[in-house]
Order: sequence, then C-alpha cells, then structure tokens
Amino acid sequence: MNEINSRNSTILQVEDLKKYFPIRRGFFQRVTSWVRAVEKVSFIIKGGKTLGLVGESGCGKTTVARLILKLLEADGGKIIFAGQDITDLSEAEMKPLRKEIQIIFQDPYGSLNPRMTIGQAIAEGLKAAGIDNRSETQQRLEKLLKMVGMSPAGIDRFPHEFSGGQRQRIGIARALSVEPSLIICDEPVSALDVSIQAQIINLLKDLQEQLNLSYLFISHDLNVVGYLCDRVAVMYKGHIMEYSPADELFDNPVHPYTHLLLSAIPDSERSDISDMNTLGDEPANTLNPPAGCSFQDRCPISEDRCAQSEINFEKVGEDHLVRCWKTAKHGSYQFFS
Amino acid sequence: MVMKISDNEKLLSVQDLKVYFRSEDEVARAVDGVSFDVRREETVCLVGESGCGKTVTALSIMGLVPIPPGEIADGRVLFRDQNLLDFNDTEMQQFRGNQIAMVFQEPQTSLNPVFTIGDQIGEAISTHEDIPESEITRRSEQLLKDVGIASPAERLGDYPHQLSGGQRQRAMIAMALACSPDLIIADEPTTALDVTVQAQILRLLDSIQKLRSMSVLYITHDLGVVSKIADRVCVMYAGIIAEQGNRQEIFKNPKHPYTQALLASLPNREKRGQRLYSIPGTVPNPAYKPSGCPFHPRCQHAIQTCAERYPGMCDYGDGHHARCPVLFDGGKDTWCK
Repeated sequence: MNEINSRNSTILQVEDLKKYFPIRRGFFQRVTSWVRAVEKVSFIIKGGKTLGLVGESGCGKTTVARLILKLLEADGGKIIFAGQDITDLSEAEMKPLRKEIQIIFQDPYGSLNPRMTIGQAIAEGLKAAGIDNRSETQQRLEKLLKMVGMSPAGIDRFPHEFSGGQRQRIGIARALSVEPSLIICDEPVSALDVSIQAQIINLLKDLQEQLNLSYLFISHDLNVVGYLCDRVAVMYKGHIMEYSPADELFDNPVHPYTHLLLSAIPDSERSDISDMNTLGDEPANTLNPPAGCSFQDRCPISEDRCAQSEINFEKVGEDHLVRCWKTAKHGSYQFFS
Repeated sequence: MVMKISDNEKLLSVQDLKVYFRSEDEVARAVDGVSFDVRREETVCLVGESGCGKTVTALSIMGLVPIPPGEIADGRVLFRDQNLLDFNDTEMQQFRGNQIAMVFQEPQTSLNPVFTIGDQIGEAISTHEDIPESEITRRSEQLLKDVGIASPAERLGDYPHQLSGGQRQRAMIAMALACSPDLIIADEPTTALDVTVQAQILRLLDSIQKLRSMSVLYITHDLGVVSKIADRVCVMYAGIIAEQGNRQEIFKNPKHPYTQALLASLPNREKRGQRLYSIPGTVPNPAYKPSGCPFHPRCQHAIQTCAERYPGMCDYGDGHHARCPVLFDGGKDTWCK
C-alpha cells in the first residue's frame, strides 16, 4: 500500500464529479425533477495529506464520499485513484481496490453491528481481504486494537459495552484492518465530547504519520478542519466554491460563502456575539437551482451577471481557486466589518 | 433616578441541589450538590460533557424529573425566593411556561408533528391565559414575527415538517416566549444546527433577551458558543460544578484543572502542528464515582489527598470559584470533611 501512497504523489483525483438524484412523482413514478446533489466537484488528495471538505448539511459532502467509495454511480466526471480511472469499473474489477479506500462514519453507535463482537466486526474486513487463517487473524486483531489505543482484552465484547470514543476507535481499527491508503472520515468527531474528540483527533494524526495515510476529512466544524487539514475545499449546494491550502483559506478567504462560514465559527478569539455574521436564511434545497452562481440568493455582493452564466473557477493565488468572478477579479472584499 | 430593580437581584438561585436516580441496586448521583445563581437579564451557561448532569439540573428546575426513579435528595431551587421544589403538580403547571420556559435541543422531536405551528403556540398561550381565539392568533403571529420568521400568518398553518431546522427552532423559541417568561432555559438549542444557522439563532436569542429583559440559562457542551454568549459560566463535571465565574475569567484565567484541560483540548487553527492535550480516561459512571474529587483519576495535578477528601469551593474573588484546593494558594484549608 505504501508504494501507492508515497509523499507528494496524487493519491486521489476527482474531476467534474456529478450526481443527480431523480424525484419521482405520481402513479407511474415518473421523474419530475432532479436534485443536483453534486455538480462539477474537482479536487486532489496527495499521499499522506489531509483534504478537508466543509459545508453546511445538505451541500453534498457525504454524496461525494459515497461516489468515491463507489457506493453510488457517478452521473459524470472522473475518479482517478493512484493513477487508475475507477469511475466505470465493475464490481469485480473494483474488488481488489476496495481495501485501498476505507471510511469512518460519524455515528459509531449506528455503524457497528450490535450482535457482533468487535473482534468479529474487525475480522470481517480481514476475511474479505483474504486473511482467514485463525492465528494470523487473532494476531492482526490484537495489533489493530493496540494501534488504536485499546486493550486487546476487549476483543470478545459487544459494541454496547464500549463508550462513544472507544466505538469510534473500533471503527478506525476496522477501517485500518485492510491496510488502506485513503480513509474517508465522514464527520468522525462531531458526535463526541470535547475531551474524547481530542483523543480521536490525536489518534488520526498519529496513524497518518505512522502509516502515511491520506484522509478526506468531511466536517462542518471549521475549528477541527483548521487544526487537522492541509487543504480545504469549501462546498455549497453541490459546488466547490473555494479550494486552497488551509492556511491560505483562513488567512485570505476570498469567496463570500467562505467569509460567511468563517465568521460563523464560535471561537473564543472573537468575543462578542455581534461579530458573528448571520447572512440570509438557510440554503434553499438543491431542487431547481437558479442559473449561474448557486450562492447568489444569499450573497451580499451578487450582481446580474451572477445569475446569467455559469461561474467557473478562477485562480487567485498559488494553488488557490475560487468560484466567484467578482472577488477573483477585485481581490478579497471586506464583506463583514 | 429611575427606580430600577438592582441588577444583582437573583432571579433564580439553585442551592446544593442533589438529584439521584435509583435502580434496583445502584444509586446514580446525577446531580450532586450544585449551587449557582441566575441574576436578572443575565446569561448563565452550564457547560460540560455528556452525562455531567447539566440537563438533569435544568429538568429539576422545571420540575420535570420523573419521580421515581428520580429523587430530589436535597437542595432548594429558589425562584424569586419561592422554593420551586415545594410546589405541587398544579402549582408547577401554572408556573412552567409562564415564568420559566424551556427550549429543547431537537425541535424535530419536541414539536408535535400532527399539530400546526399555530396550534402549538396557541396552546402555550391558552394554557396560561383566558383570552379569545382571535387574540391568540394575533399574538401567535406577532411571536413568529418576533423570532424572524417570514410571512408569519401563513407559517401558522404549517406543520413542523414543512419548516427547516432553523425555522423549527425559531418556532420553539416563539412558543417559549408565548407567556413572556422571565427566564428561558435553553438546552443545547443549536447543537443540531449548521454553524451559519446556529449564529442566527444565537443572535436571535441575544436580541430577544435584551428586548424583553429576560434571563437565560443556556446549557451546552460547546465552549465556542459559551465564549460568545455567556455573562457567567458554570463548568460541570460528574454532577458537580467544578468552576464558575465570569466569561473572561473562565476563558483567560481558568483555575480548575478540568476547565484548563477542556480549553487545552479544543482544536483550532492556532494549535496546528502541536499535539492536542487530551484528557485521559472517560467521564465516570454516575453510579460509581471516584472517591474524593470526581476528576482526580484524570487530573494531571492530582495529589494523594484528592482521592481521600472532597474538595471545597475556593474563592478567587469577584464570583470566581473553583473546586480545587490543589491549585489554590489562598492559604486556608479548603478540603471538606
């Protein structure tokens, strides 16, 4: 696995990924409209690095994850994993690659089978990867549990006997069991308490260093993303609005939506509630979006042109892309003073 | 000078509250000697991890702890010098909603799906006031307008599922405001919401509070939110208040090892590259709390005495108290028993 994942090589490249879900109505279940969950999403994850995918609920983050895992078929675009185009691979062709991309879910309660001991749950992955020798399985299980900071003595216990943080560790051990090179972390710490959250974040960082893992870190928590990620893609209604190295994004945000998100972070640095910006209402649904920019209805600086033509990515700095013609041209704008 | 009720007047005073839950062979001491005050027009935040007793504290103020298995073992809850714990069910019913109202975490589950928003706000009004139907409708409409819901007259006829998460939480707040309470207890009202919507709701609560001169007891696990809205903060751990004080003091000058550890374990951009401090171990089971200070097994400052004797509240002046004699150099023996 680690040959694939050498540093600075591209491990995953996603190009113009697209997924529409049909809305069916009436007796004949005819398709009456489409939910444009993901539209033209592109990004790159380098070996051993972490890309943060941030956005509000319903913006399509999880759909992107499911497309990459090929749990959903993309309607357009390309997914290139370690140099190989996997977009149209069949189930059988995909099988040897399955172990390379793993996922950790948000809810450690819902993602473990309550009737399986954690040993069984983790061993399932090993079996699928072709390890069914009993003593070897046992050895690997113990090693995995140690790796995620748990006592191997828990191997025969059931998920309900563990706390939320421990269950998340089990989820991580299960993902690691097949030695993946990319792990998709779908809000892995959102459901955890602060003290446990720090443990899991440290664990994810340690594992990345030891095993040279790459992460796609999906989150709505910009504090965690700012701490953990090397690059960030900001998503809104199925589009990537801004894509940049993490430091650059936090220091010089360009897109109005990024400004909105950053100003809504409750952190202890800015101390007054009136600093928090509350632009517009929540995002409307992704059904029948207007032409042009998907953010236009909440944007403080939108003009007629925003509603006319499709907005493309523009380069505003080294590795810094933004889907907004206006700010790209005039530089960052003081949106909220 | 205008006659004004002193700002320091205590509206709510919780004194040595103890709430236990009994099962066949265990006693879970969910709240174990909690004391704090809420003054007029003040926002007090109860912050802590799950299971620390913050919600049980709120429920016992509202008289909503199920008895049995619950049991108010000790203490007083004084609201304008009346002990709410002495009230019978009918008296409490008159009181609830009228003087103290509560906003819950999940508007999806705490709104009734088969009644319209108008019905539910109307019910809150008609329970406490004998006024004609037309007046109730007029008031409900005004309330929805006050909480920033667009076209309130039409929304009155909507069912909860027709509103978005943020709007539902606004409707919940409108219900809580129906009888102009003096105190609102908000139990994690923004936890289920996106950051941008959270910012809107926090701002709404802030402006309503100022407009109506209310007090707010805000329960949350999110220190970021606390740093934005609190006047005073009570940090809870395992059924006790570990530390309380003004917002600035708690964030800039924390005196309890638990508060210090919590703040150190928060991820943010500035800590990038550093390892997060993570509190070892987990929150104790309320039925099997450690002897002495409940935090001592996880505390990096713990000494032998911490396991043997119960720590007293140490006074740092100006309302800042921390239950940790080890870090206190006040010179007096502040251990209990």
